[in-house]
Amino acid sequence: MAALTLYPESERLPRGERITFNLYMISALLLFVLMMVLGVIMRMGQSLWLDVPPDLFYQVLSMHGAGMVGTMSLATTAVMWFFLRKYVRLHLWAFLANYLLFLCGALCIIGAVFVGRYAGLWTFLYPLPTHAMGMWGNGAAACFMVGYLFIGVGSLLFYLDAAAAIIGRYGNLGRAMGLQWLFGGTIDPDHPKAVVASTMVVIANSLGILAGAVVLVMYLVAIAYPEFTMNALYAKNLTYWFGHMYINATIYMGVMAVYELLARYSGRPYAISRPFLWSWAASCVFVIVVFPHHLLMDYAQPRWVAVTGQVVSYLAGFPVFLVTVWGALTNIHRSGMRWSTPSRLLILSMFGWAAGILPAILDGTIGINRVMHNTQWVPGHFHFYLLLGVLPMVLALLYHVIGSRRAAPPDSGADRLGVPVYLIGGMTFALAFLDAGHMSVARRMSSHLAEWIPNDRVGAIGASLVLLAMVYFAVRIIHGLLRAPGAESTAHAAG
Amino acid sequence: MIFQDLVWTIAASGIALVALVFLYIVANAGRAIDPAALSTSQRRIAGLRRGLFWVLVLVFVGASYASLHRFPIPPQHAPLDAAQVVDVQARQWSWQLSQPGQPPGAALQLTAGAPVEFRVRSDDVNHGFAIYAPNGRIAIQTQAMPGFTNKILHTFTQVGTYRVMCLEYCGLGHAPMVSSFDVAAPAGG
Repeated sequence: MAALTLYPESERLPRGERITFNLYMISALLLFVLMMVLGVIMRMGQSLWLDVPPDLFYQVLSMHGAGMVGTMSLATTAVMWFFLRKYVRLHLWAFLANYLLFLCGALCIIGAVFVGRYAGLWTFLYPLPTHAMGMWGNGAAACFMVGYLFIGVGSLLFYLDAAAAIIGRYGNLGRAMGLQWLFGGTIDPDHPKAVVASTMVVIANSLGILAGAVVLVMYLVAIAYPEFTMNALYAKNLTYWFGHMYINATIYMGVMAVYELLARYSGRPYAISRPFLWSWAASCVFVIVVFPHHLLMDYAQPRWVAVTGQVVSYLAGFPVFLVTVWGALTNIHRSGMRWSTPSRLLILSMFGWAAGILPAILDGTIGINRVMHNTQWVPGHFHFYLLLGVLPMVLALLYHVIGSRRAAPPDSGADRLGVPVYLIGGMTFALAFLDAGHMSVARRMSSHLAEWIPNDRVGAIGASLVLLAMVYFAVRIIHGLLRAPGAESTAHAAG
Repeated sequence: MIFQDLVWTIAASGIALVALVFLYIVANAGRAIDPAALSTSQRRIAGLRRGLFWVLVLVFVGASYASLHRFPIPPQHAPLDAAQVVDVQARQWSWQLSQPGQPPGAALQLTAGAPVEFRVRSDDVNHGFAIYAPNGRIAIQTQAMPGFTNKILHTFTQVGTYRVMCLEYCGLGHAPMVSSFDVAAPAGG
């Protein structure tokens, strides 16, 4: 059965594709390491182990946030491209254009932060970027916004190409998501999960990016014409509609690695099903309408909007637990699983996602948000599912790809050590945030009260362990990606 | 039990439960099940999933009702009729807290046991108005957003000094943007 071939021919990367894929992933790995260094610097500063002045701290925080979100999107876009290209005809120029526009955007953001001293955070909450009290200028804010627009245009180009290819192959987006099988009919067992997930991402994230573009362009107008002002609540809604979907799309793009690869390591088919199609259809709606849970403390919002944010936050847990995580666990349960670095990372990613959304769902409760909002509870849950969920999905694919060069999954002693170091570091780091959140430690502060510092130090140690493991993974994978693909054509059956 | 401790206990228990399930599955993943027993096992797993679905539905309905039947945010467009009122004005990077009829800068006169209405506004950018109880935990918060008034209705149960901190990043002076006020015991209390 083709689905259980460890390194199928259809995944072979011809020269142009291989170079572009390598550009994406090597850039992403280097950026992940650099952004983690910035994260460690902040935790060290809060721990009083490093002198980080407030202006530098907030610049670093802005760079870390924008950089991590952007890099996560870059890497998971490559995951989506890697699998989707097997089923529909994608154009390499669109994939490459996205990369080049990302680079232009990244340069603008880096320049805005480290040259222009922009420190309005990745969420650019109106009107702070144009109200810096002398900390940075409007030019730096505009440069930051233009950087986002470059990255957004690149993503939209890639999604438009994907949408055209999907529609060309399946007729329309609904059929690609399998909506025709929601209420009956025989599901095509070969309908690819990656196509279902990609279609959902194209729909949701295109809307989110357009919302972001609207607010960014309005910002640029406000910078050019200071007499123009926006409604702050309206701008915040648009910002979080964009921000929520953009970062959540990385999970939905990354999880394609689990859908595509897990069965090859377990040796057990991972069939598409009606619950799977329902979960993706529902998730598409949920991710579009759930963003008001970021504005639960804006009491001026209509009550029904806040209730929507809470209720949909709860509902969003259903597809994760009942379909994706359940499906992955039952796929490997007593399967005779062949454990290697890629399969370990795949299961780690499922754990990180499942465990990390629990505190996130709790925080989506209005009554709980009243005492947890903007405490370290928030970075606690999103680092949990991004660091221990999404990033391992990307690393799993990369380990799988470098394994394909040798026709065997990589599993050296250092690899076997790297995964638990990453897990222990990540857990320590994320749990320190969550523990601090329940102690009401504020997030996004350059200096902390004396009683908060012991917790910061635990977090700093955890972050350092993650960084250590990530440096190893980056070196190992970059070396593997740059190897001559001599054995690439070798394909063999798993199990 | 402090509310935040309860939330942390629920979250930690959930994370631990997920971890245990993963450990169990991972520990057994290396052993292949007899192919003849596979279909029986899959039927049992499908049954378990149906059970989990209904458990989640029950939790969803129960938690939604428990957390929403008394809506936690007071009406924003109707008078709250609280006997104690505080006007909060946020600006980069200070708080101005005042009571109607009191001279600007006068210390707040607040007592425990009776509701206090806080009318929170901002002069410039978004701020987060968070009241920290004497035990160091957040008692209540809302956003201070330019162009809007967010109203809190809160009854203090603890006498002592409360700290106000900004919980929405607002620029260089965000961390030191603090204030405080005292809450006294009710007269005759």
